[in-house]
Amino acid sequence: MLEVSGITQIFGGVTALDSVSFSITKGDITGVIGPNGAGKTTLFNIITGIYRQTAGSVLLEGKDVTGFPPEKLARLAMVRTFQNIELFGEMTVLENVMVGMHTKSSSGLLACALKMPWSISEEQRIREGAMRWLEFTGIIDLADHVAGSLPFGKGRLLEIARALAVDPRIILMDEPAAGLNSQETLGLAELIKRIRNLDITVVLVEHDMELVMDICDRIIVLNLGSKLAEGTPREIQENPEVIAAYLGDDD
Amino acid sequence: MKRDLLLFVCFSLLIMVAPQLFEGGYLMNVLVFVGINTMLAIALNLLLGYAGQISLGHAGFFGLGAYLSGIMTTTYSMNPWVAMPVAALIVGALAGLIGFPILKLKGHYLAMATLGLGIIIFIVFNETVDLTGGPSGLSAIPNLKLAGLSFDSDVKNYYLIWAFTLAVMLFSINLANSRIGRALRAIHDSEVAAQVLGVNSRVLKVQIFALSAVISSLAGSLYAHTMTFVSPASFGFNFSIELLTMVVIGGLGSIYGSFLGAALLTLLPEFLRGANDYDIVIYGALLMVMVMYMPGGLVRGITSLFSKFVKKSGADHA
Amino acid sequence: MQFDQILQYTLSGLSTGAIYALIGIGFSIIYNATGIINFAQGEFVMLGGLLTLSCMELLKLPLWAAVPCAVAISTVVGVLFERLAIRPLKLPTPINLVIITIGGSILIRGLAMLLWGKDTHTIQPFSGDTPIAIGGATVLPQHLWILAITIIIILVNKVYFYHTISGKAMRACSYNRRAAGLVGIDVKRMVMFSFVISSAMGAMAGIIVAPLTMTAYDVGVMLGLKGFCAAIIGGMSSGLSTVIGGLLLGVLESLGAGLISSGYKDAIAFIILLLILFIRPQGLFGKADSERV
Repeated sequence: MLEVSGITQIFGGVTALDSVSFSITKGDITGVIGPNGAGKTTLFNIITGIYRQTAGSVLLEGKDVTGFPPEKLARLAMVRTFQNIELFGEMTVLENVMVGMHTKSSSGLLACALKMPWSISEEQRIREGAMRWLEFTGIIDLADHVAGSLPFGKGRLLEIARALAVDPRIILMDEPAAGLNSQETLGLAELIKRIRNLDITVVLVEHDMELVMDICDRIIVLNLGSKLAEGTPREIQENPEVIAAYLGDDD
Repeated sequence: MKRDLLLFVCFSLLIMVAPQLFEGGYLMNVLVFVGINTMLAIALNLLLGYAGQISLGHAGFFGLGAYLSGIMTTTYSMNPWVAMPVAALIVGALAGLIGFPILKLKGHYLAMATLGLGIIIFIVFNETVDLTGGPSGLSAIPNLKLAGLSFDSDVKNYYLIWAFTLAVMLFSINLANSRIGRALRAIHDSEVAAQVLGVNSRVLKVQIFALSAVISSLAGSLYAHTMTFVSPASFGFNFSIELLTMVVIGGLGSIYGSFLGAALLTLLPEFLRGANDYDIVIYGALLMVMVMYMPGGLVRGITSLFSKFVKKSGADHA
Repeated sequence: MQFDQILQYTLSGLSTGAIYALIGIGFSIIYNATGIINFAQGEFVMLGGLLTLSCMELLKLPLWAAVPCAVAISTVVGVLFERLAIRPLKLPTPINLVIITIGGSILIRGLAMLLWGKDTHTIQPFSGDTPIAIGGATVLPQHLWILAITIIIILVNKVYFYHTISGKAMRACSYNRRAAGLVGIDVKRMVMFSFVISSAMGAMAGIIVAPLTMTAYDVGVMLGLKGFCAAIIGGMSSGLSTVIGGLLLGVLESLGAGLISSGYKDAIAFIILLLILFIRPQGLFGKADSERV
């Protein structure tokens, strides 16, 4: 599904990522873990086209997408969420998800402004689609609230609903459990499994080990910018190098 | 949606009966300007209020529309109805071209770059004397004519200008409530999140910049054909700032707010006629006060004050 | 002689360029300390000239006393502007900051118009107006004053930024405001200092240029924008790059006006501004820095 090879990122002389390679199998839930500063978020930013890496390539479903901008990757059915949820704060919850349907609609500027018949029916379709995703994530009752006023946990669900509206085949989540209470984290685990059941490949960066061990099929461990280990949750838990890296890290 | 349409119909009716209330006269002429300025404020608001991209050079696009229309209909004796869309197309293409490099800039840098662009256009109006008549301006621009009716009086011009203004308003309201409008607001709130969802922010920003320039150019052409005279002084840096003030006062992202801002700023100097030197001081103070105390603009400020009041009096009764 | 002409234009360009450099450094200092482009920067240039005039005419002060007086008053205006307009801003988004500084600039300009009227005023040159011949060209004593004072101001600036505690703290703020705050630097005070320095520099620029170009309530707009061009060419540095930017701009403008067309003189600066912003937004001498755009 996703193949990453030799990703290297150097920020002003500091090597943030050093030749990281791995591949992600279709339909898996894959966790990327590692101590703080291991380069997980940087890696996500490179894969999703937000940073341009110093070296290395990214293959999405066999297609070389190295250096593609995020909007192009969205059209290739790859989408992501952010660590500190990036909602459109002044828009309603429903409108947020409707933006997610952007690539699934095509009315141009003039057609929209002149209210062409096809743009009206498309608008209807967008609204219905967005409502379905709100229902899927369980926040449909908040549809008309302003996104900026949501509590953090609901905001996280909204961000996921919005990403799903893109109709992705792969979704990358940057610390989806950060800032959630234990009840919300349980709900999130449930939701991620349901997302996988829609045939969507899930990759997540996460600090919550319990969550990772619970839902992930495979785990990739990063440490100090390079890949330390890769395997099933059980293999990772028993890997002495991983244990050393975590114990040696006082964060 | 239904409520939007109802509001628009009410507003249009109000505009249509307004001349009956004011009995023509000098005020009609001012109301023509309110219409033109409303168009311009909406054009800038689409860019600033929706897409979140500032421009301090919109007077330049307004001027280009006016001059292109003026030159084509005088020097080249073109029909004004043909000249207007041709001018709008030229200005739109120009804005589209310059939009790509200019909209890569953000915030302060974008402000300065658009300001520079506006000033360059202004200098060109002054210096290409053979084409524009230079500082003394271009006169004898023909009025618009429609089926034997010439738009040569204030009342006729009022209906002409406001027909266009209302069309621009409806157009913009539709746009704001569509997938494009949502994508623009998304770019405003978080550009990176919009991109991740597949919104091509670079292209969209340029599109809206070009559209904004086209509307400004149209307003410029109408200005030229109703005034029958244009000179560079109307299209300087100060007018760009005045447009900005209208948008900020009315409220970013509020179409009716743009009308309110345009109306206030166009009528204000008329009321201050005795003390016309003070208007620049008042603009400055207004801009500052609005940004400090009512950053959402008048329409939103008044609505929230009103709802607070209603809530409070509701609570008192309970 | 063609060569003499070019020399002449270059020399007069250098002194205007020095003015642009001073204003540009003022822009950069505030930008580096706060991230704000102060659109009101040009108004301090105007205030410097007009206040000097009033100090001399109304208070009957001699020039050497009027100048510090005018600079002091302009500085007070600068501090008030920061205190009353910028600091209380609840939503300091870039757009709001642009609007508030524009509002401030219009307000200051408007008040100046009410105080001094719409006429242009002249200030006597500091030491006569007998031209001095240099090669085949001539310069006025005022040109030399401008260059000399600019050099002094830039040197003082250098000493301040590199050899005093508060100057070093200010530089720390420009690298990383949050980190500077964390190590105990009073960032708010530094922001205020930046307004003090740049309004004083702007006022000084306005004073030394006034005898050459005359002054009026609205001279600040153009001078401010040209100063911004200088700062952009210099990559928003508060040092040598902006000085070179200013001089370059002054000379190009002067040559362009003399050899091509005087009407397009002002356009030259803005065309350079756009080209730099499009092609090298990090400035002519800076390294690529994506943060700036």
